[in-house]
Amino acid sequence: MSAAAAVRLPDRRWHPAEIAFWLGLLAVVFVFPGHLVLGSQVLITGLFALSLDLILGYAGIVSLGHAAMFGAGAYTAGLLARHGWGEPLSGLVAAAAVGAAIAWGTSFIAVRGGDLTRLMVTLGIGLMLYEAANQAARVTGGVDGLSDMAVRDLLGVFPFDLRGRTAYVYSLAVLFAVFLACRRIVRSPFGLSLRGIRDGARRMPALGSPVRHRLIAIYTVAGAIAGIAGALLAQTTQFVGLEVLGFSRSADLLIMLVLGGAGWLYGGLIGAALFMIAQNQLSSVNPVYWQFWLGLLLVAMVFVARGGVVGAMASARERLLGRAAR
Amino acid sequence: MSAVLRTDRLSRSWGALQAVRQVSFSLESGARHALIGPNGAGKTTLVNLLTGTVPPQAGDVFLDDERITHLPQHLRVKRGMTRTFQITTLFPGLTALESVLLAICERKGLGASWWRPVARHAPEIEEARRILRDLHLEAEAEVATRSLPYGKQRLLEIAVALASRPRVLLLDEPAAGIPVGESAEIFGVLASLPREVTILFIEHDMNLVFRFAERITVLVEGSILVEGAPQEIAANPRVREVYLGEGGHG
Repeated sequence: MSAAAAVRLPDRRWHPAEIAFWLGLLAVVFVFPGHLVLGSQVLITGLFALSLDLILGYAGIVSLGHAAMFGAGAYTAGLLARHGWGEPLSGLVAAAAVGAAIAWGTSFIAVRGGDLTRLMVTLGIGLMLYEAANQAARVTGGVDGLSDMAVRDLLGVFPFDLRGRTAYVYSLAVLFAVFLACRRIVRSPFGLSLRGIRDGARRMPALGSPVRHRLIAIYTVAGAIAGIAGALLAQTTQFVGLEVLGFSRSADLLIMLVLGGAGWLYGGLIGAALFMIAQNQLSSVNPVYWQFWLGLLLVAMVFVARGGVVGAMASARERLLGRAAR
Repeated sequence: MSAVLRTDRLSRSWGALQAVRQVSFSLESGARHALIGPNGAGKTTLVNLLTGTVPPQAGDVFLDDERITHLPQHLRVKRGMTRTFQITTLFPGLTALESVLLAICERKGLGASWWRPVARHAPEIEEARRILRDLHLEAEAEVATRSLPYGKQRLLEIAVALASRPRVLLLDEPAAGIPVGESAEIFGVLASLPREVTILFIEHDMNLVFRFAERITVLVEGSILVEGAPQEIAANPRVREVYLGEGGHG
């Protein structure tokens, strides 16, 4: 047997660290009750990063326009709530459908070609949607944003309070439910085929795999999840700004995923938390030059923790196990 | 015996270079057929045309008399034609077991199955382990492909191809770049395959070609120079001139 550590097939079992991670997120409600507004934003961004991880970390599709589906989901839930349909859960379903429809409609060009082509195409799609929303100011509110929403109580019982408690628990529940589905997907034969495409897109057809169909399928699923994340943001903040479709939202998301580690599911969640907490802290220290420190952190991460936080942890574990095997 | 795979005046050029010109070729069922020729003769291009990796500019490909000229590569695999590559093209991040499982799941139509974890597909895992055992890779089943020695990666290439249960197996230099002992191991595995599997292989090592092949096609500058039994090829003065050199196949 080689000295390299054995890699077992992932099954349904939960690692104790995973259980601790989710219990930790739940504990935030009681431990940091004054930070639940930021907390729910982190969870929503984490959900958005999870959707990018599905296409980038697992299927190798780079995107600089993922905000297109996020923004579409946000506007869908926002417009529904503004025009009398404020029930949150059905708003999420509608946003998921719109996110999926946009992703499916654009997937035929977004999954073609190499990395640079995909970057340019997704960037272009994002820019077009941004300008379309800007032009349709009568519907979207344009640069002033969409407000005056009437989001109903969650399950008819829990109102969205100013302290953000309902928003946090709601976001956490949705994130966990979507995470469970994603965990299933990436551990299934479909998930294995996505990893095969990521590692050897040219080899996969020689195994009988319809690569394009698989990429379109996961891109559509990721679009639905991004739509849900956007809807969550709209419902919990009761406002949709034009920046939900902005380039910087897509670019920041890519940074968060790289920071946390792509291809692990948890990387996006950890990256989103690190990025947003660092942004929050650094901007309170220096509101003008905070991005300098964020840039420094990113450069340091590339050299110190290649593969992001989760990737570095996995490499360290593999080294330890390899040493033990020898 | 009947032709399982044949071409009719197949042609492909790259710019001014005519890589394959009007090649009409047939592969008998159960054959152990070698495709040889000097570098740049068009051997890999011909295999690429047969498998649908690149489209032809003229001519046709038939599998069991069905015209498959414009059929995508993955659908040719579904019809029983699989290949390996000259340069190892595996999945660096997957283990040997996962790589073989991938091919088995695709063969069984499970590739789009998204709910049940791979670890719960016991019959497929058992089959994958059996294939790895047959190719002496059992001990490396859980090792990431990127960590395997090159010779083992070449064996894994063949394991992945066999997991598709091909009727026609096209091997592009299966023993390229590995020591003599290990190449003998690879050809030992190929020799043990049942006759239901028809094999066409490209190989530069003439010792292996003449030991394993029952029929040989010599390709020169994109065209078939001659085809025949190994003894006929070895004795053919044109082959000796353009390909084998004065020293013969030794």
